[in-house]
Amino acid sequence: MMKDKIKVGIPRGLLYFKHEVLWKTFFEELGCNVVVSPETNKENLNKGIHYSIDESCLSAKIYMGHVDWLRNKVDYVFVPRIASYSKQNQTCTKFFAMPDIVENTFKDIKILKYNLDIANGKTERAGFIKLGLSLNKNIVKVLFAYRKAKYKQLENERKQTKEQEDILEKTDKIKILIVAHSYNIYDKLIGFPVQDYLKKLNIEVIYADKASKDESIRASYKISKSLYWIYNQEILGAIELYKEKIDGIIFLTTFPCGPDSLVNDLCIRKIKNIPLSYILIDELQGEAGIHTRLESFVDIITARRLRLCL
Amino acid sequence: MSVEYKISFPHMGNYYIPIATFVKNTLNAKICLPPKITKKTLELGTKHSPDFVCVPFKYNLGNYIEALENGANVLIQAGGGCRFGYYSEVQEEILRNLGYNFKFFNITSRTFKPLLYYKMFKEINPMLTIKNFLYSFYLIYKQIAVLDKFEDYIRENIGFQINDGDFKRLEKKFHDELITIEKIKDLKSISIKYTKLLKEVPINKPNDCLRVGIVGEIYVLMEPFSSCFLEEELAKKGIEVKRYINISYLLFSKEHKKTNTLKLAKPYLQYNIGADGVDSVAHSKVLAKKGFDGIIHIKPFGCTPEINCMPILEKISEDYKIPILYFSFDSQTSETGVKTRLEAFHDMLLMRKEKNKKWKELT
Repeated sequence: MMKDKIKVGIPRGLLYFKHEVLWKTFFEELGCNVVVSPETNKENLNKGIHYSIDESCLSAKIYMGHVDWLRNKVDYVFVPRIASYSKQNQTCTKFFAMPDIVENTFKDIKILKYNLDIANGKTERAGFIKLGLSLNKNIVKVLFAYRKAKYKQLENERKQTKEQEDILEKTDKIKILIVAHSYNIYDKLIGFPVQDYLKKLNIEVIYADKASKDESIRASYKISKSLYWIYNQEILGAIELYKEKIDGIIFLTTFPCGPDSLVNDLCIRKIKNIPLSYILIDELQGEAGIHTRLESFVDIITARRLRLCL
Repeated sequence: MSVEYKISFPHMGNYYIPIATFVKNTLNAKICLPPKITKKTLELGTKHSPDFVCVPFKYNLGNYIEALENGANVLIQAGGGCRFGYYSEVQEEILRNLGYNFKFFNITSRTFKPLLYYKMFKEINPMLTIKNFLYSFYLIYKQIAVLDKFEDYIRENIGFQINDGDFKRLEKKFHDELITIEKIKDLKSISIKYTKLLKEVPINKPNDCLRVGIVGEIYVLMEPFSSCFLEEELAKKGIEVKRYINISYLLFSKEHKKTNTLKLAKPYLQYNIGADGVDSVAHSKVLAKKGFDGIIHIKPFGCTPEINCMPILEKISEDYKIPILYFSFDSQTSETGVKTRLEAFHDMLLMRKEKNKKWKELT
């Protein structure tokens, strides 16, 4: 007799965009059914706003909307806690609290989680083993699943970096680097309109989060020495790595993102000689406003390029 | 070595006293206290800050600008678990962009390490001995404890003083004397003297007065200006105010250890939710259990750790049937708005108390 497969739901928000392959492969290897909530839409957002504290950042509100969508559709919702990758750095405190927030907000869902907090001695491998064992599997299978998932994830990251670097070398189009967290730029509601419109204007969009992570972190020290938010380091470093090859930078942030409020301001003060634009998105955003700003930014870059050529 | 150092640091409540004492005893340099926080400080800070940064950043920056205008040339900033840890670098950059010339000392560290700071201070004052440094450190440790104990007593009783302004006058005298001390012996005599004086202030405190606990983010808790003098407003209405968080709690208290507060916050929390969010949850639970009439949760606008703890506080409020009032403060917060909401909260608490009393009599 085959037992029914366990259904695991993953909300399409926040760190999903960073760990998509890792998470999906791990659960699939363990024989679970993985359900990912659909792309963000207005309804997600409204639900998210309903279930969040008003002052949460837009990205976190959208995440709550996705969690709500998964309610009653799956056995478990996967909400990991990712706090730090080493003693020197940490993530935004929003990620510290996500499992607790979800558990206290929704009474009727069971969550699955792992705790990655290396500053306090909680490694990713141990977290995944614990997570796998809680699904009643034998440890060899869990270890194997984790190794395979991790390998695939790293492979995927390397591939993305390589592809992007090829584009940077080859294309003659205007290249604009978007400095944004992956959960903002790849979100259907937040970053997608920006990406889409830039592509319509015949711009090559370069993503800061696709740069090689280790190199980025090392490069980020040139911009800021005491920065300790690792996700910000990863995207800042890309500016330093690619600055010779790009024509402009767009900072894309959701309101009111804690780390970005300081880091972006520092960047705007420190980065010279590259045109940059700073787009802040909140839940009441209209598309026309963004389009106008993007268009004028592209105009400036085009004019600058012409002048440099002459 | 020709330039004379003038050291300055941002305000937070009355804690300029221990910092000033420490700097005076160890650095052998002049202290340039920034003027007390006013509307102008906040305006100056807001003008040069990133737009949606949390409000302590704006106050700190305002303090620095005013201090630099007054001739300070060494600035000190600390750091902590949330955005606070990154303040120093951004503030330094902003101030340098404004064209000021100064030395910036950044005491950012995850844990409290006195010996590390010794090296830093030695840069300014090469004559500093380690014995002197540790002694001064011990001195301010004691001084903060005395200061906090004094304030705790005032907080609990100022609402019930018979003659208006008694406590305020005493507090001012106390501060004036406290800032001059150089030895532990002086501190002890001051402590004994003022504890006695405090107890002598006539008060008229009913046994069943309203009791409200305040929890939240540390800066707005400790700097009365930034919370629109919330504690004073409460006192005027005859409410006893309880607040756990002060510097001695944050830096030296054993209860502040993560594991301890997490234990207190169970079953609501499983993990540390960043900065002092766990403390807010743990204290709210303790206050609710102790039978306080209400809780006020305050934070600067956009403070992530405190926003994290709000859904959990709401659950506590539901489970223990205790009303919680939330405030978030920014540079635009109007004092009148705060007052109105406090008044409504006070009325509600009174009515609730009355109702509960009647209910008890009936059953």
